[in-house]
Amino acid sequence: MTSATADCIPLLPIEELARRRRRHESSVGDIWDLLDNVMDPEIPVISLYELGVLQDISREGNAVKLVLTPTYIGCPALGIMEEDARAALTAGGYHQVIVETRLAPAWTTAWLTPEARRKMTAYGVASPEKGGIACPQCGSVNTEVISEFGSTACKSLFRCVACHEPFDVFKAI
Amino acid sequence: MKLHDPLTRYVVRLGDDALIMGHRLSEWMSRAPFLEEDIALSNVALDFVGRARLFYQYAADLMGGEVTENTFAYQRDVRDFTNLLLCELPRGDFAFTLCRQFLYDAYSLPFTQALCKSADSQLAAIAAKAEKESRYHLRRSRDWMLRLGDGTAESHERCQNALDQLWIYTDEMFECDALLDGLIATGVAVNTASLRSEWLDTVTETLHAATLVIPEAQGGVTGGREGIHTDDLGFLLAEMQFMQRAYPGLQW
Repeated sequence: MTSATADCIPLLPIEELARRRRRHESSVGDIWDLLDNVMDPEIPVISLYELGVLQDISREGNAVKLVLTPTYIGCPALGIMEEDARAALTAGGYHQVIVETRLAPAWTTAWLTPEARRKMTAYGVASPEKGGIACPQCGSVNTEVISEFGSTACKSLFRCVACHEPFDVFKAI
Repeated sequence: MKLHDPLTRYVVRLGDDALIMGHRLSEWMSRAPFLEEDIALSNVALDFVGRARLFYQYAADLMGGEVTENTFAYQRDVRDFTNLLLCELPRGDFAFTLCRQFLYDAYSLPFTQALCKSADSQLAAIAAKAEKESRYHLRRSRDWMLRLGDGTAESHERCQNALDQLWIYTDEMFECDALLDGLIATGVAVNTASLRSEWLDTVTETLHAATLVIPEAQGGVTGGREGIHTDDLGFLLAEMQFMQRAYPGLQW
């Protein structure tokens, strides 16, 4: 019933490889770079690209077209992400912006890079690893769940048994 | 609002399940037994309302014209809603809400898994997102069944009472009708009848572990798919739709 896949983050999936290749081979590398400054509104240390929400960028005539994939269906932050991306593009001289929301392939925590996860941990948000969930304060893996759901749709709430600090954990889906 | 196209009717049906379930969960905001659980219930509510929006947006795209996602949520009356009766029952006590959630999540997970294989690519895409959330929902609601069922004498009693009341509404989840039969034939809809044994396995395993007893009640109550509802849905809609009914087209 409940599968082990929900408890750990597997290897880099093929769709994430394809996304990175899209950026690598893109003719609009400067726009990708520009949008590296647009951060997740709730975890403002990782960019929309690092989060996996920014899927593709292309030019359509004078317009810039962004493809975004929501993390959670009902996540209220997606609207903010879109606004922030538009503002960054306008500031960078791109005034016409088209945003397409794409559902498939569905977003997963597996798209997060190790570097993005390190940044999140430094910010105080743990991410599930094979060895268990480590406290971002003291590093102990002696931790326990307080609630499967936390302060935002993408987080659950844990407590460190060693140092007693409560902390957010990025939900693995 | 009369819908004729079978695909649109099916998509709206799925949206109705999600919206009504999400609204019932949202009623717990600021009323849950403790803070973390308040947040959890709101989060699950958000997942369901988000799911409803995707289905309604898709239905609006299929219909074209002036119809938007809001048209389906705010401008239809009780007989136009085709959600499962299970979803509309008043929230009851905490045990009732969690028990309903568990019975639905145990259905929703195999349902969304099956819908991922739909011949309709948009439905498959919505399902692929919803499935991940349903897996998470089920993990939490199953855990609560264990805690309440195998908890104190009072939590056990409340949980068993909830189960006894809810059981007659579970048949409807697996009911097939003419609309479904047509869409199953074209590979669009999920054959819900085929999900029953997996659902029953999950439920039986969990209830056993939670020291709860599967009710013997027979004869399921149905009608939601045809717009025949309990009195309670009307009250829910009166509250949910009030603002748009009083001030049509109002925006934040």
